[in-house]
Amino acid sequence: MDEKKLAIIATKGTLDWAYPPFILASTAAALGYETQIFFTFYGLQLVRKDVSGLKVSPIGNPGMPMKMPFGPKWFKDINWNIPNALQCVIPGYESVATALMKQTIANNGVATIAELRELCQEADVKFLACQMTVELFGFEHSDFMDGLDYVGAATFFEFAGESDICLFI
Amino acid sequence: MNFDKELDARGLNCPLPILRSKKTLNEMTSGQVLKIIATDPGSVKDFAAFAKQTGNELMSSAEAAGEYTFMIKKK
Repeated sequence: MDEKKLAIIATKGTLDWAYPPFILASTAAALGYETQIFFTFYGLQLVRKDVSGLKVSPIGNPGMPMKMPFGPKWFKDINWNIPNALQCVIPGYESVATALMKQTIANNGVATIAELRELCQEADVKFLACQMTVELFGFEHSDFMDGLDYVGAATFFEFAGESDICLFI
Repeated sequence: MNFDKELDARGLNCPLPILRSKKTLNEMTSGQVLKIIATDPGSVKDFAAFAKQTGNELMSSAEAAGEYTFMIKKK
């Protein structure tokens, strides 16, 4: 049986959206898929050397539960429904929301992004970075982790065209 | 049931139990049995799917007191 192939295009650069590409890629690799991720536009943030600066923004995201990761259960169960207009004027709102999200992630035994990314690399998931976006955003190759191939869309299609599953995230 | 290696995946959430199991199986030889203990309720279906797709045999899958125990024989 030929090895199945998974191709992922990662376009988002926030902490929450960093999860789907790395979870799916690492799991696919564990299932025997040959896997590639093409990081483009804001997705490039996921292959910076240091991903500890990734943030999550609750602003304009009505799907995000705002719950506290500490305290008694009745307190944790409260959904802090804060209006967008207010979220926008509170300084450091995103940083606080990010810190709370990271605590929730740790409480639930969910891996960190750095950990999942490393697991992907150990499992030979290939990372491609969009050279055009690197230039567009004024990045240098030295801003990024080792082991990236800097390519264009045509190179991605070489693999994606033969893939069994192709996801745009 | 006898096993050759044990993996404690308690407290870990998706996809870590599967990834750690895969990694551990890589260090084992064909025919050896890996015992996995997990607390993620999603792992019951996930380990069945993992076994089906990788060809490793899921010999048993059991639940007791909120803990799930899986026995997987390496292909």
